[in-house]
Amino acid sequence: MTPNRDARILMTFPVTATSHLLSEARARGQYVALEKALKTMTPSEIGKEVTASGLQGRGGAAFSAGRKWSVIQLDDGQPHYLCANADEGEPGTFKDRWILENSPHQLIESMLIAAYALQVRHAFVYMRGEFSGPYRRLQAALDEAYAAGWVGENILGTGFSCDIVIYRGAGSYVCGEASALITSIEGKRGYPRNRPPRLTVRGLYQKPTVINNVETLSNIAWIVNHGSAAFKAIGSPKAPGTRLISISGHVAKPGVYEVEIGYPWKRLIYDDAGGMLGGAALKCVIPGGISTKVLTGAEVETLNLDPAEVEPAGSSMGSGGMIAIAEGTCMVRLMQVMLRFYHHESCGQCTPCREGMGWLHRIIDRIVAGQGRMEDLDQMIHISKLQDGNTICGMGDAAGYAVIGILAKYRHEFEHWITTGSSLCEGRLECRASS
Amino acid sequence: MLRKDLAVNVFESLRPEFDRLKKRYPAGFESSLVLPCLRRIQEDRGFIAEEDIDGLTAYLGVPRIQIEEVLSFYTQYRRSPVGRWHLEVCRNVSCSMRGSERLLGHLCGKLGVQPGETTADGRFTLKTCECLGSCGTAPVMVVNDEYHENMSAEKVDELLGRLR
Repeated sequence: MTPNRDARILMTFPVTATSHLLSEARARGQYVALEKALKTMTPSEIGKEVTASGLQGRGGAAFSAGRKWSVIQLDDGQPHYLCANADEGEPGTFKDRWILENSPHQLIESMLIAAYALQVRHAFVYMRGEFSGPYRRLQAALDEAYAAGWVGENILGTGFSCDIVIYRGAGSYVCGEASALITSIEGKRGYPRNRPPRLTVRGLYQKPTVINNVETLSNIAWIVNHGSAAFKAIGSPKAPGTRLISISGHVAKPGVYEVEIGYPWKRLIYDDAGGMLGGAALKCVIPGGISTKVLTGAEVETLNLDPAEVEPAGSSMGSGGMIAIAEGTCMVRLMQVMLRFYHHESCGQCTPCREGMGWLHRIIDRIVAGQGRMEDLDQMIHISKLQDGNTICGMGDAAGYAVIGILAKYRHEFEHWITTGSSLCEGRLECRASS
Repeated sequence: MLRKDLAVNVFESLRPEFDRLKKRYPAGFESSLVLPCLRRIQEDRGFIAEEDIDGLTAYLGVPRIQIEEVLSFYTQYRRSPVGRWHLEVCRNVSCSMRGSERLLGHLCGKLGVQPGETTADGRFTLKTCECLGSCGTAPVMVVNDEYHENMSAEKVDELLGRLR
């Protein structure tokens, strides 16, 4: 861990009108790592570096990137596929968009290194359909990279060839789940698949496939350039590196901030993000996308942004999509917004999620309509637990965590609404200080 | 956004583009072209018509049911026309915390329609949508695929004035 926890890997330059272009990316040293990888390293050497770096997935599950890669048998004679997950749909999360728009060559270079390490001929970027701006940026960057000979046939004369195609989704949250993402690239409904077999054994078109989050992949070029030891020296021993935290909600300066793992939570909210709107008190924080359990302002005060601290506190750093919520915000209405979303996005394959989301949504609507019953709250927890672990993908679990997390800490707000027929916080979602 | 006359055979006009698209995918990946082709057709026609499904079924050699399933699963595909300007307001957590409910109410009042409806003159269709991955610039709305961020009632009024 560096002394001030100020290490940067991704946001290392000021964003200007031209900083995303190939010429400026080259001036920053982009594509040096690709040349090093292709000309001086074997695919398995790169895999070993990535494993040794301790890099973990940045999409939410924090699975070891090296271990995921190591399942791919380089000499199995089958095609392998690589997909960058740019579906970014977890509410509160907008960090990958920063890379896609501002540092697309960092992703492209890293994908090519990963493709070489995994012996991939065709790689994909699965991007959510709404991201028109990021799509244009990344496609323009790909065109530049193709023209310069960094992508395509016989890259740098090494005999290694790899094409990258951007595949655009069409408005489905569940397609951010790796197996649903693959089914979507196959041109079908984005239904998650049962494991086993793992996607690294049978993924896209039944071939071994690695799916990594955009941010995860974007670290690869840096690791090849500087070595796994340098990467491990950043962050914490069990979770090396940095995280892009996208912070939104009731803070003065919402945005994307790169923090070294172990960075003080308070410093991010009060220094970087400018504190709460109008000096409001911090009620609670959703740490990493709405599927992670809420932590109170008091809990967050003393914590550092390190899984080793956030997980014992009962939550997770998830996708890095942090939402800061001011005192005076109605948690009942907030949960209503969340449950409407989950109900809307359930793909409908598994009964506990398809039915459970509908039940939860209807119960919360009934409470807000002033017709709640006290037993509704235990019923919501019961439904949430019924979903946990009983669905093909993690979406059923995730919605349950959100419900259980909020009810554990703000049950009295729900009880008040049920008893009196109105909100303890005037049904407020916006910050009192700002309106 | 370009909206071609319904009498024009959108699929045939796009065939050369689809042929080029096919070459960028590995052999045997024809099924994968369903989503990109539908997106492209919708860009030109404004929605997906029956004849587009017929054309795509024959062109890609995939079962018709696969295309029907995709169309009914993904929220961005439309089976019927929308207004000239398609306004979608995010109402997820971060946007609602920064005023998207007031924004939506303002739009409903200005346009005289409810979410899901089109104005009588066919100019505006108003809809709500879920998280757009732009929570740092909430509230956000999308107008014909373009993001409009940090929105306010004043900015909406100014925007509506420009959308002819």
